[in-house]
Amino acid sequence: MLIRLNVNGEPREADAWEGASLLSFLRDDLGLPGSKNACEQGECGSCSVWLDGELVCACLVLAAQVHGREVRTVEGLAEGDRLHPVQEAFLGAGGVQCGFCTPGLIVAVTDLLERDPSPDELAVREALSGNLCRCTGYQKILDAVRLAAERKREGAW
Amino acid sequence: MDVLLPRTLEEALEMRASRPGAIPIAGGTDLMVEINFDHLRPDAMIDVSRLPELRGWREEEGALFLGSGVTYTRILRELPHLRALAEASRSVGSPQIRNRGTVGGNLGTASPAGDALPVLAAHDAEVGLVSAARGERWLPWDAFVLGVKANALGPDELILGARWRALSGPQSFSKIGTRNAMVIAVANLCFAMDPHTRSVRVALGSVAPVIVRARDAEAYLAAELEVAGAWDDLAATLPSDVVEGFAERVRAAASPIDDVRGTAAYRRHAIGVLARRALGWALAERADEAMVS
Repeated sequence: MLIRLNVNGEPREADAWEGASLLSFLRDDLGLPGSKNACEQGECGSCSVWLDGELVCACLVLAAQVHGREVRTVEGLAEGDRLHPVQEAFLGAGGVQCGFCTPGLIVAVTDLLERDPSPDELAVREALSGNLCRCTGYQKILDAVRLAAERKREGAW
Repeated sequence: MDVLLPRTLEEALEMRASRPGAIPIAGGTDLMVEINFDHLRPDAMIDVSRLPELRGWREEEGALFLGSGVTYTRILRELPHLRALAEASRSVGSPQIRNRGTVGGNLGTASPAGDALPVLAAHDAEVGLVSAARGERWLPWDAFVLGVKANALGPDELILGARWRALSGPQSFSKIGTRNAMVIAVANLCFAMDPHTRSVRVALGSVAPVIVRARDAEAYLAAELEVAGAWDDLAATLPSDVVEGFAERVRAAASPIDDVRGTAAYRRHAIGVLARRALGWALAERADEAMVS
């Protein structure tokens, strides 16, 4: 079926199998492989995107459900060569190893800080509870969140 | 496979009636896992996630109606004063899951581990169903969820939502799992005191094929609260043998099984722990109230 939607500010459309998830629609039909498929059951968060401004796991959204809707993916964060401040913070804090969890985490962290620019430790952990990382042990990811929040308070974004 | 996108409840009900094999999908947090892993290949799906008639809630004179399409995130944001429901909602999954999952989905899936279900049971909630042919009908919660993943939804029906009367006393929802996020409960429990009727409600999840109201434990505790004068005196405490008697009766009400998430013995132990803690929190809350007033 033909699905028409807005992705990262642009109108897009493509044909998809009716049972396809938004994740496979993004990756296979729209050429947006930034969202990753690690678990396909909403456990790992590596497929995190925004649907109508809400953080969701793309693997659990039926592609057909986004017809006429707005989706924002990790690809929509950088502006050309300019990385988003959250992406910069992950680099600055050393919060990336294999990088597989990174897109989903960057989306989740951006979502958190857009809603709550000064989250406390517990709020950060709860906000990221839907994202798994096998490499970093999370410490440097939490450092990246603090760095990004600091940058936000300084007005960098 | 077809996907049908109704714009109104009326359209959705017509689709439901004309395509008997079509499965309703809202947040998809249960259903999409089945589809992604090839466990389910329905003939058709009906997207009910955006039907305005299912996304509202109403509070009127102490009675709440919660639409089947209200997400857990919205419950947290819009209904935080419904303590047990809010605590249950917060315990579900992760932010990504809570932004999509609904109580309607908990009812539709009818898993004994569904976190909203003990809250509905503790409040004697009714489940509303609707069809094009017969209109609305309301079933008590235990006449709707019939067994493990079995409910009384008719092939032409959709779940409208749930309704119940608010309770005035302390209440809580608690859950045990391997993490404090993203877990299917090994045991979960909703506890509510209703000073208005001098009754106690204790609903157990994940320890039987369906949610269990621990009636014996409820009656025992209500009577012991009376003996201790605790219904009238907010600062009254209960002797430890009564607390243990309550926990023992809660354990006896459970009929858990061994499964991948835990053993029957552990579940029985865990549900007793939840009961004891929930009682402690409720009494502490009343004692706090006593100090303030």
